[in-house]
Amino acid sequence: MSERRIVDARGSFCPGPLMELIVAMKQMQVGDTLELLSTDVGSAKDVPEWVRKVGHEMEGTEQDPQGTWHLHVRKKK
Amino acid sequence: MRVLVVGGGMGGTIFANNLARRVASELKSGKVRLTMLSASDKHIYQPGWLYVAMGRMTPDELEREQASLLEPGIAFHVDPVETFHLAENHVTTKSGKVHGYDMLVISTGSRPTPQDVPGLTENSVNCYSAENALQYFERLNTFKGGRIVIAVGLPHKCPMIPLEVTFAMYDFVKDRGLLDKTEFYYTYPIGRVHSLENVAKWAAPEFDRLGIRHETLFNIKSVDGEKAVVHSEEGSEVKYDLLVAVPPHRGQEVIEKNGLGKNGWIPTDRYSLHMEGEHGKNVIVLGDTTNLPISKAGSTTHFEAEVAAENVASVIKIGRSVRSYDGKVFCFIEAGKDRATYAMFNYTTPPQPRAPNGAVHAFKMAYNKLYWASARGLL
Repeated sequence: MSERRIVDARGSFCPGPLMELIVAMKQMQVGDTLELLSTDVGSAKDVPEWVRKVGHEMEGTEQDPQGTWHLHVRKKK
Repeated sequence: MRVLVVGGGMGGTIFANNLARRVASELKSGKVRLTMLSASDKHIYQPGWLYVAMGRMTPDELEREQASLLEPGIAFHVDPVETFHLAENHVTTKSGKVHGYDMLVISTGSRPTPQDVPGLTENSVNCYSAENALQYFERLNTFKGGRIVIAVGLPHKCPMIPLEVTFAMYDFVKDRGLLDKTEFYYTYPIGRVHSLENVAKWAAPEFDRLGIRHETLFNIKSVDGEKAVVHSEEGSEVKYDLLVAVPPHRGQEVIEKNGLGKNGWIPTDRYSLHMEGEHGKNVIVLGDTTNLPISKAGSTTHFEAEVAAENVASVIKIGRSVRSYDGKVFCFIEAGKDRATYAMFNYTTPPQPRAPNGAVHAFKMAYNKLYWASARGLL
């Protein structure tokens, strides 16, 4: 059964949301999903770029009224 | 109140000394008991290993007897914790002793795990221990030219190290007259040359100016020592003559074995620094041991430890904590052998690093000596 994780990277300048996501993805199993919370506007661009390059799957991106980005990723390999 | 500090590194030491000063009279009267348990009788200034790798410091300059750094009134034992019994407010140690507490501070740090990447341990050098830094220097000292590749694992301690080793090696090779025979190839896991955007904006043009090639979105997957090639998760490969690694890290095994946090990182509240969960009320976590999305570095731990000490002191004196940790980090960035800059930031304010200069480098060199005053809680 696949698991769903939330990684709260709000307020993270260093190492930053994408690095937090990469670390978390290494600990996940194929099929697991992750929701990344980020207050860095750059995440909406650099997270999908990395996810595509490695071969995982973006399941959705939205920004809530407080300005936090929610990026949903599924591990594919 | 019994305060028990687990870990004698930067976080535990600054915390204990800072607290001991704040509650000196309570320690003297016996109202407060402050105990530290550590795996070692030595205290190491780990940022100094960069200079060891460049032949500019020796490991003995970076060591002090831990007991010599501690305030009077702190009971210090070289007897690492093996089991945490958080529901019963006690720990058991390697020697079998049981230490009870009313407030527990866990600051056990992190450890490099190059073994997490196939081929990395046997085919690369790094500056994450005195022994490794000396091996690194040996390789660099006998380097006759070729391609030096810098490869970065995640997560890692000291986020500035990828840049610092690159600039330091550039100057080292230049001073040896080998620049025209050497190619530097810097790789980095995300889409820019450093996690801090403003640092990346300064470093990338600096790389270009010096002729240092760089490839981003490069996460080390494996190293083929026979072919001298590094493979990335993203599908690319790079040949090397000398591979310099910033290895991935984990928290300490004792944290994992006790089920306190996956990969040794303990879930921690970013403001109170208390462990999350039902036993967190009297458990504080400092430094690399936390799972917080901030730099794993002494330059983070230092400020966390000060906040935690002030809060524990105020709990003792007025019954409640008084401060929240705001995510403050202050990192020097060595940009070669004679110039440096710095990055200061917190949860809400990104850093604005200035161009490197000699004055900041001189201050960094002074801080390498002043560190022992920091550890004592004086600076």
